[in-house]
Amino acid sequence: MKTYYNSEDLKKFGNIGEFSKELADKFFDYYGSVFKEGALTAREKALVALGVAHAIQCPYCIDAYTKDTLEKGCTEEQLMEAVHVSGAIRGGASLVHGVQMMNHTKKIMM
Amino acid sequence: MKSLKAQAHHLSNSAAQLKVLNEGSFEQFSQKLKAINLFPLKPTRIQTFQVNLGKMCNQACKHCHVDAGPDRKEIMTKETMQQCIDILAHYDIGTIDMTGGAPEMNPNFRWFVEEASELGKHIIDRCNLTIILANKKYHDLPEFFAKHKVEVVSSLPHYTSTRTDRQRGSGVFDRSIKALQMLNSVGYGKEGTDLQLNLVYNPTGAILPSSQKTLESDYKKELKNRFGIEFNSLFTITNMPISRFLDYLLVSDNYDEYMQKLVDAFNPSAAEGVMCRNTLSIGWDGTIYDCDFNQMLDMKVNSTSTHISEFNLESLENRNIAVDQHCYGCTAGLGSSCGGQTA
Ligand code: SF4
Ligand code: SF4
Repeated sequence: MKTYYNSEDLKKFGNIGEFSKELADKFFDYYGSVFKEGALTAREKALVALGVAHAIQCPYCIDAYTKDTLEKGCTEEQLMEAVHVSGAIRGGASLVHGVQMMNHTKKIMM
Repeated sequence: MKSLKAQAHHLSNSAAQLKVLNEGSFEQFSQKLKAINLFPLKPTRIQTFQVNLGKMCNQACKHCHVDAGPDRKEIMTKETMQQCIDILAHYDIGTIDMTGGAPEMNPNFRWFVEEASELGKHIIDRCNLTIILANKKYHDLPEFFAKHKVEVVSSLPHYTSTRTDRQRGSGVFDRSIKALQMLNSVGYGKEGTDLQLNLVYNPTGAILPSSQKTLESDYKKELKNRFGIEFNSLFTITNMPISRFLDYLLVSDNYDEYMQKLVDAFNPSAAEGVMCRNTLSIGWDGTIYDCDFNQMLDMKVNSTSTHISEFNLESLENRNIAVDQHCYGCTAGLGSSCGGQTA
């Protein structure tokens, strides 16, 4: 079956260097540094990544960071809470625009 | 849950397991060792005797590499145990590590511990915790262990009951907690005593363990806050792709990805520190193996000395360790051994 997403492609992420090595090298170097233990622990960063993965709905990132957070010792509850944080921000981001809608409504209506 | 053997499952046969492990297109483990000049793999010095007292166990965990359980009857005889003691008395091998099954179910377990203790050996018991509560006759094990300063190493795959019970059986977590409290109450795991209580984390699924240090601090915090439990160290152990865990990987369609992950995570410094380099494993029938995993795969040692009755330390210390694809489990990431991370 042909699909737009193929889970096998995740393993080939590194191949993006094939068409532009310099930029890929820079990206992966940066990526590696971002996820190192820092002011945030590697586990906290993985949970942020899992939340973002859900916000941007990237199936590759969801698979990768589900596994990563579990390997880093997170519980199922923690994973789901991260997804809810993502959902809350996404929902909130839509709803807060309701103020704009109200402002505009009030402006153009008697 | 029945053992694979009792189910007459095809994977209860070690040759069938080795066939699966060698079918994929994964690079041969021996090639990886060759590339870092570690092949043939040689022992450093034998410091530990790991003795498998039998496959009988009061539990039947889903990931068990021994395929142990209440339906397994293989058990080490007193005669074979005596042969182990004679060897330990004769050679400078400092540690005896007792495993199983549930080693305490061997009728001569206490005698064996007493003999090893008299020789002044460091004794490790791989205790599944629930055995302490399984029958009245085991309730005083904590006192017995304390008397002989036995180091207790116990699996607790997670500090939450859901994860532990999913792997080890319903109700195991609560009983393990109770047993840990009993061990604490005789001084195990407490500061200021020399009674070592170490816990083992192994992943409850097709994932690798991560940093031992981070998980240890989580375990310490959670177990202390929720149950008042203290322990010394946490050992993180990778699940080996053999026996029941291999079956799980195949049935859940995780095998290829898991193996690939182990292969990709090959770590040369973990390879340097694999436990077969300083340990010998003795099967319930006295056969000698490189490790408990090779034992379960019926891969005997490459030596003229393959049974405890014909023990020859020189030949064993000069042997080539028998390796196969399952060995990737010991060398992935931060490494894995019965004592936790190796790299
Ligand atoms: S307690 Fe240990 S030996 Fe017994 S079934 Fe579980 S993993 Fe296997
Ligand atoms: S599985 Fe056994 S023989 Fe292979 S590396 Fe691990 S300890 Fe050594």
